[in-house]
Amino acid sequence: METKQNENIILEMRHIYKQFPGVLANADICLNVRAGEVHALLGENGAGKSTLMNQLCGLIKPTSGDIVIEGKVVHFNSARDAMAIGIGMVHQHFMLVPTMTVTENCLIGATDAGYLKLNYKQAAKRISELAEKYNLEIDPEAKVGDLAVGQRQRVEIIKALYRGAKILILDEPTSVLTPQETGELFNMIRSLTEKGFTVLFISHKLNEIKEICDRVTVLRLGRTEGTYNVAECTVNDLARLMVGRDVSFSIERKEGTEGEAMVQVRNLTLARDAHTNLLTDISFDVHAGEVFGIAGVDGNGQNELVECLTGAKHATSGTAMYEGKDLGKESTRQIMSSGVSHIPADRHKAGLILGMHLTENLILQDYYTPKFGKGALLDNRAIDTYASELIERFAIKTPSRYEYAGSLSGGNQQKVIVARELSRNPKFLIAMHPTRGLDVGAIEYIHGQIMKQRDDGAAVLLVSTELEEVMKLSDRIGVLFEGKLMGIVNPSETTVEEIGLMMGGTRLEDIRK
Amino acid sequence: MGVGPLHIIGNVLASDIRMATPILIAALGLLLVNEAGLLHIGVEGTMLIATLAAVAGSYYTGSVWGGLLCAIIAAGLMGLLFAFLTITLRANQTVVGVAINILGSGLSAAMNRVLFGVSTTIASIDTFKNLPIPGLSKIPVLGTAFFNQMPIVYIAFLLVPVISYFLFKTQPGLNLRAVGENPGAADTLGINVYRTRYIACVVGSMLMGVGGAFLSTGLLTFFSEEMVSGRGYIAIAAVIFGRYKPTGIMFASMIFMAGNVLANLLQVYGVGIPYYFLNMLPYILTVVALAMLGKSTMAPAAQGKPYRRG
Repeated sequence: METKQNENIILEMRHIYKQFPGVLANADICLNVRAGEVHALLGENGAGKSTLMNQLCGLIKPTSGDIVIEGKVVHFNSARDAMAIGIGMVHQHFMLVPTMTVTENCLIGATDAGYLKLNYKQAAKRISELAEKYNLEIDPEAKVGDLAVGQRQRVEIIKALYRGAKILILDEPTSVLTPQETGELFNMIRSLTEKGFTVLFISHKLNEIKEICDRVTVLRLGRTEGTYNVAECTVNDLARLMVGRDVSFSIERKEGTEGEAMVQVRNLTLARDAHTNLLTDISFDVHAGEVFGIAGVDGNGQNELVECLTGAKHATSGTAMYEGKDLGKESTRQIMSSGVSHIPADRHKAGLILGMHLTENLILQDYYTPKFGKGALLDNRAIDTYASELIERFAIKTPSRYEYAGSLSGGNQQKVIVARELSRNPKFLIAMHPTRGLDVGAIEYIHGQIMKQRDDGAAVLLVSTELEEVMKLSDRIGVLFEGKLMGIVNPSETTVEEIGLMMGGTRLEDIRK
Repeated sequence: MGVGPLHIIGNVLASDIRMATPILIAALGLLLVNEAGLLHIGVEGTMLIATLAAVAGSYYTGSVWGGLLCAIIAAGLMGLLFAFLTITLRANQTVVGVAINILGSGLSAAMNRVLFGVSTTIASIDTFKNLPIPGLSKIPVLGTAFFNQMPIVYIAFLLVPVISYFLFKTQPGLNLRAVGENPGAADTLGINVYRTRYIACVVGSMLMGVGGAFLSTGLLTFFSEEMVSGRGYIAIAAVIFGRYKPTGIMFASMIFMAGNVLANLLQVYGVGIPYYFLNMLPYILTVVALAMLGKSTMAPAAQGKPYRRG
């Protein structure tokens, strides 16, 4: 399936090597992209995609190898050089200044905008023209901080076009979008390629690559696996190329384990200030032996909901009853010591103490119990034994139990948290973004562990922005939008479109009317 | 000119403007440093070095302008040191700021003893004189207040619109603000974050130096240890209270130093409040103003965070 040399190659990266201290991030990577195509760059986290793209957009220089644009070898000293030659990158984490307007954002670093007198009006006019020409509706005077995520992405694209980009690099562009916004983005991509632009689409979402891309180059462990025509590959082919082995996409689900309502959330409300709420009137049950999924675009109240259930914040009104206690009013210690476990959203900030050993990280929830010490003294022998046991049971890859949590890979860090939380045999497990940023193998493992808790009779609240994950694991799904529950659906009776509409703010009863 | 209430108002205004000048220039300098995303609490130390450099420069060159140049160079070097430690070595900006203050205090005192000995006689030096603007200075009340001042005062107040224009209407100003708000974004747009921060830090520190020079060769005519006496910190407060806008900073400086003027006035008219309490007024005003401002700051988002490329 290896594609042949072809005329009309607009961009070529030849035998790129990039050496970081101690890590060879790119080893002999070759990439060729045809003018006017949507070319996917597929690879797991750490496969070297970002490093490769940072070289292409001038942020870092290759250790060796050539970048060839339209037949000419080019050398970039800064992002400005790359832009001058027509390469524009839309970063996964938007590179925008929220306090400035759309126009100001487009003008940052521009070289032709008038040095001592910014041609602000002229720039605003050009942005309007660009927006109209390529169907990217945007108000040039709007403050970026006031825009929705999908619109901000549009600003990024316009910013690149404003600077004369011919090759657009989109880095994981759909990770922050609802399915509908993703559809809109794909339409934009199609209209851009029709007008002669070339798009490099970086992703690890196989379905999206199937949908929008013409060809795909697969990277694995810093090397090129090859370039293929997307039409000739199945999703399973792509997964095998990316991971290097067969991947199971289905999950075993025991039926009929569902029991009594373990957690009953009723009219939970959390006020931001006198006028606005972060959470409004949330009501749902989580049953024993059930995974209740919470879907939604990031920042729609998921954090606050979890904070209310784990004692980090106290609800303004409403209740969340669990074993006769109201979680919305208890302290974190009281909640956690009554059989609740929590896998926090951010493993670096809230899940682990990176500067502490694994042994210490593994007992963070229970260090004060008699199991690990008497009075103020820790029983280091008991802690060591316990840590070794968990490291083995949860297959945490580490040189020793005294390794700092910060020096493990993301997947192993997450395993440490999962080990700590699941080994407490929780009756209620709150898992937030449990697989964010992990590779396929680690995701498989963590999904398996969560399902095992469910099958053993725990109530599981799964919060994730990955719709696929929520649909796959959950028995029921609630969708959050701006702090309100848009509806609760059964994954077997719903569609991605329906959930997508709810993620965008339409209530379930309005959809099914 | 008669001695009436109007005359007093003119004098009070004149004295407020004069007192506010060192704070204003230093705060404008600090604004540039802050806008680049650097948290610089070493204003006090930078100004202290400049006060001595100005006196020494004026003494050896025989011209107050020579003194000003020395102050600018000395403060610029302090800025360069701050930039190297915080930008290149990515040291904690608060700690380096404190270090700059301690260094400024110790170095200025030590150099003073080296240069002028431990005598009690004060070296006679050239200092700034009032430069009445022909015509304008004859306007009643306002003439005295605004147009019969020392040259640095005019420069300081002219800098307000100049820096305002620079920050909000020019390309380098936009780039500077972008670096302070989101250095990662600025970098992807081809702006050299390190260079921008270096330049802003050195130029900003030079302005702090002008403020320091004005203290020892304008407001006063000699150097004494710790003579900046907290004005560097008031400049920091002025930037925050002025909401990171040059005009706001101008009014903040004048409001804070009105306390000083009031203290002098009350002292002259012999109100029975002890002198030491009166001298606290500007500092109390500063604390009250900042407390009123509460949490609503407008600080650049990346202020205080070191930037690492890639």
